[in-house]
Amino acid sequence: MSGGVQTAIPVPIGPARRAVRDPLVAGLVGLCLAAAAGLLAAPPAPYLVNALGQLAAFAILAVSLDLVWGYLGILSLGHGLFFAIGGYVCAMHLLAHGVAATGVLPDFVQFMGWKSLPAYWAGLEHAPYAFVLALALAGLVAFVFGLASFRSRVNGVYFSIISQALVYVAMLLMYRNDTGLGGNNGMTGFPLLFGWPMGSPGVVSGLAVAALLALAAVLAGTRLLVGSAVGRRMLACRDDETRLRTLGYSTTRLKLGIWCLSAMIAALAGILYVPQVGIINPRVLAPDLSIEIAVWVAIGGLGRLGGAVIGAILVNGLKFWLSAAMPEAWPFILSGLVLLVVLVLPNGLLDLVALRPRPTWLRGAR
Amino acid sequence: MTALVVDALTVAFGRFTALDSVSLAVDPGEVRAVIGPNGAGKTTLLDVISGVTKPVSGRVMLGDHIDLTQRSEAEIARAGVRRKFQKPSVFPALTVRENLEIGCGPALPARDRPARIAAVLGEIGLAPRVEAPAGSLAHGEKQWLEIGMVLAAEPALLLLDEPVAGLSDAETAQTAALIRRLRRPNRAILVIEHDMGFVEAIADRVTVLHEGRTLYEGSMAGARGDARVIEVFLGR
Repeated sequence: MSGGVQTAIPVPIGPARRAVRDPLVAGLVGLCLAAAAGLLAAPPAPYLVNALGQLAAFAILAVSLDLVWGYLGILSLGHGLFFAIGGYVCAMHLLAHGVAATGVLPDFVQFMGWKSLPAYWAGLEHAPYAFVLALALAGLVAFVFGLASFRSRVNGVYFSIISQALVYVAMLLMYRNDTGLGGNNGMTGFPLLFGWPMGSPGVVSGLAVAALLALAAVLAGTRLLVGSAVGRRMLACRDDETRLRTLGYSTTRLKLGIWCLSAMIAALAGILYVPQVGIINPRVLAPDLSIEIAVWVAIGGLGRLGGAVIGAILVNGLKFWLSAAMPEAWPFILSGLVLLVVLVLPNGLLDLVALRPRPTWLRGAR
Repeated sequence: MTALVVDALTVAFGRFTALDSVSLAVDPGEVRAVIGPNGAGKTTLLDVISGVTKPVSGRVMLGDHIDLTQRSEAEIARAGVRRKFQKPSVFPALTVRENLEIGCGPALPARDRPARIAAVLGEIGLAPRVEAPAGSLAHGEKQWLEIGMVLAAEPALLLLDEPVAGLSDAETAQTAALIRRLRRPNRAILVIEHDMGFVEAIADRVTVLHEGRTLYEGSMAGARGDARVIEVFLGR
């Protein structure tokens, strides 16, 4: 058993190199920055700019799920909740900002017969406060739910089902008109963004650029995280939580921290998404939309951040195109894509790029 | 002072009593083997010591002051207890080096880790495979890697659950030599094993469990001559 000469073992990517080298993520970050520069220099048609910005928001959402599912083994089927928290707070800010600037109350407030915005909207016309509130609220909800679940060691499919129930409960709550958040019609008709008329080409480009830059930052940040010592503990926790715990690590704290971070990244995606589509309603809390996020990640390649981005952009790009061209065929195409990935490419489309089959995502994740 | 005292420990799963008022004391520097037929309660004993299972009654004292039955798994680990599981439990997605780094535990400063990892690598003989993913190791290498992981924290109490299960004769002999090298005056080692030759090679004393009770405690030679032990292992 003496350690002798360095034998010629085909060594996969080692730890040091793995930490710094991820050509896919580096390429995607570069692409985001180039696209952002391109949009500023020579903007194409506004609808294309807008589509690109929305895709970037979805990609951020996919990365947030991949962080907990692919690297920590926690499958959330309720990530739409955190996306919606970001989206709703952003919508509240946009409406409060409009009221402050024009004095006209939003439609749903007038329908309810109220004379002013509800009291808890106070201060939301200030963008920095709204931004911090959105992230803090998402983090707080994630903290409470995560603490209750992880402390009582709710794991695996049980956690997934409870997360799904949570998003469903939130949807039922938001369908009520007396919440002061627009009820089943949601909130729309945002007049201004930072004082600029919503929908003007400059605002459209600015939002898309912001989403692209945010995607680049989220990708780079999460890449650093999963390449760090914390990232290695995440993989260890994913593969054998009891082993990690009996080595002296508090897995509850680890899971809770990453879970809250993931929720805040999902909220950031919601913040960037809502002004680009100009509406938010309880449909974003529908369980099937939360499941779809998992589908993006699975299709792109679970446990690889670049895969989540590719999956989100591919599925949503196809959806933008096909749901207009042949709307009745879209559900069948999406189902077919899922079946294809499950049966032929168990680690998602990145299997095509890797050119060598990996047995399962458990072993192959990088 | 004793390293570990198990005092009247009783564990039940529903109506099944896995451990029935088991007591034993392990001295610092001692290698103790716990043997017994399947279902004797050996792994349950390790589960209680490492905090995975909580007992119905009884205490498990580490040193003089720490009652392990009142602590979480992570707290027990931080108190200096490490366990090697029966099934090789390494992190397949991480390399040998990364596994050992995690094995060092959260308390060891990062600057002290490379030296510790190098020492452990020499001990377990996996230096040539240091950058290989643990998932690609052979069964015996995984056993040694896991021993290295629990060793990296320099534990005061080392629990080894069937460390030679599934190993070849040569690997078993290597593992016995490794465990003898791991003895320290301030370290107690508790080994569960079926392989009697292996137990004889490593253990200072043995405890024989049968159906949740202590049947015999003493030397391995004495166990071989004990009528009740012979009946449990060979007879009926």
